[in-house]
Amino acid sequence: MSAALFSPAAPGASPSASPGSPELRAQFPILARKVHKQPLIYLDNAATTQKPQCVIDALTHCYTHWNANVHRGVHLLSQEATEHYEGARKVVAQFIGAALPEEIVFVRGATEGINLVAQTLGRTQLSKGDEVLITGLEHHSNIVPWQMLCAERGATLRVCPITDAGELVPGAFDALLASRTKIAAFSWVSNALGTVNPVAAMCRAAKRAGAITLVDACQAVPHFAVNVQELDCDFLVFSGHKLYAPNGSGVLWGRKALLESMPPWQGGGDMIASVTFEGSTWNHVPHKFEAGTPDYPAVAGMATALQWLQAIGLQRVQAHEAALLAEATERISAIKGVRIIGTAAAKASVLSFVIDGVHPHDIGTILDRKGIAIRAGHHCAQPVMDRLGLAATARASFGVSNTSADIDALVEGIVAVQKLFGA
Amino acid sequence: MSDLGDLYHDMILGHAKAPRNFGKLDPCDASALGHNPLCGDRIGVTLLLSQGRVTDVRFDGSGCAICTASASLMTEGVKGRTRAEIDTVFQRVHDLVTGKGDPEDPELGKLAVFGGVSEFPMRVKCATLPWHTLNAAFDNSNAPVSTE
Repeated sequence: MSAALFSPAAPGASPSASPGSPELRAQFPILARKVHKQPLIYLDNAATTQKPQCVIDALTHCYTHWNANVHRGVHLLSQEATEHYEGARKVVAQFIGAALPEEIVFVRGATEGINLVAQTLGRTQLSKGDEVLITGLEHHSNIVPWQMLCAERGATLRVCPITDAGELVPGAFDALLASRTKIAAFSWVSNALGTVNPVAAMCRAAKRAGAITLVDACQAVPHFAVNVQELDCDFLVFSGHKLYAPNGSGVLWGRKALLESMPPWQGGGDMIASVTFEGSTWNHVPHKFEAGTPDYPAVAGMATALQWLQAIGLQRVQAHEAALLAEATERISAIKGVRIIGTAAAKASVLSFVIDGVHPHDIGTILDRKGIAIRAGHHCAQPVMDRLGLAATARASFGVSNTSADIDALVEGIVAVQKLFGA
Repeated sequence: MSDLGDLYHDMILGHAKAPRNFGKLDPCDASALGHNPLCGDRIGVTLLLSQGRVTDVRFDGSGCAICTASASLMTEGVKGRTRAEIDTVFQRVHDLVTGKGDPEDPELGKLAVFGGVSEFPMRVKCATLPWHTLNAAFDNSNAPVSTE
């Protein structure tokens, strides 16, 4: 097989350039484009990240050199494709500290991973009167699948409340865990506010109560090192496109014994051991959960992205983004008439804010004309907005390519918004 | 910044900050709620009707500057008109904000200030939400309407 695919180095670019450095920024071709005749200032990393050249090259490499269906043919290309795909599984397992590559199930994204768990394990484990515990900080993707499951099974969805600062109410999560709590599902980092939850303690408490735990790590994996053994959760999900990997790549990690105990999800090719019209038997884990031809180019691109991120170093990424978030928080909260939404003690990457007298949608439009891409809206977390009494916020979210100069532009943009609105 | 100036025309900013006919008619002859799930804008419209004409109209809710100003100017523009007349006005506004209309069309009156919206396709729904909500009120449907 061609070893080039998993090399994190883009031609001519240093893979281990420092976060925010010109060398690292040069690896993102999209940063060279103009938006409304202005240089692009990309501050919407929590929605999706831009892709470094090596990840774009990995997709091209697949279609140029080894495209073939995986786990199928005896021909060389299919064998190479299978090696790339299964090789990526090992890269992901190593990235999150999984004990075994078989514990990695490739899915389209975190949403699909959560739905998979809800509709397989959830359907078999939940009975009338049982409970699923989530938190008030969840993205819709970690609310709706459980709502649907609870409605189907006659179970109850419990929600751990949050404070005005956007933290879980102290003690509330533990207090809501009961003998009937079968599943506890929660985000590591809030996508709307940036709050970092004490997930290790939450996993311990849930385990003591006998609940199975699922951690939504979408907003964690791009920003700091994640290890499922240290966390001691049962399931962990994340989306590739939020950590510099191609769209369509995503991961569900689960303990092997649990995955083996679960019924299959979607039926089709690759998930079976044998098929007759009288009945079928299931392939072993993880293939049991990967019906149909997977998005192997995206998966290979994800392996490249993870190796690229590790070459930069997640500790350096974390330190860089923490410095940016601290600087942005200080400078933006110093602007009269601007309020930071979400003031948890522990935060990562995300800065939500509102400007007196200006709707976030208008902030988004005005900043866009200055080349600054932020998110304006409810961030697929309407209950968070409802709890804080807001229809929407403006949200800047930082990634490896951002710099202090991006914060300069954001601060200038906010002042221009206020000027235009006479706020 | 010139196109931003076209979008955030002084009249739009004025109506966004001090909307006319803001509130709720109670009792009313027709009402509806409108919602833009993309940005969270929510508009409520209540109407009083007499012999097919709007005798009074109010709107409430929360929205961006474009949505609020559109609702405010809409309520000013539809009083005394029949549904058929209002349909014609909405069609002209719709054409204007989608770049198909004529900003010089004298029938538009003050509503011509929304001409700048056509340069901002993501904001068209902000301008049309109040009109869709008004239509829903005429349909006497109390089910919320959506821009999606």
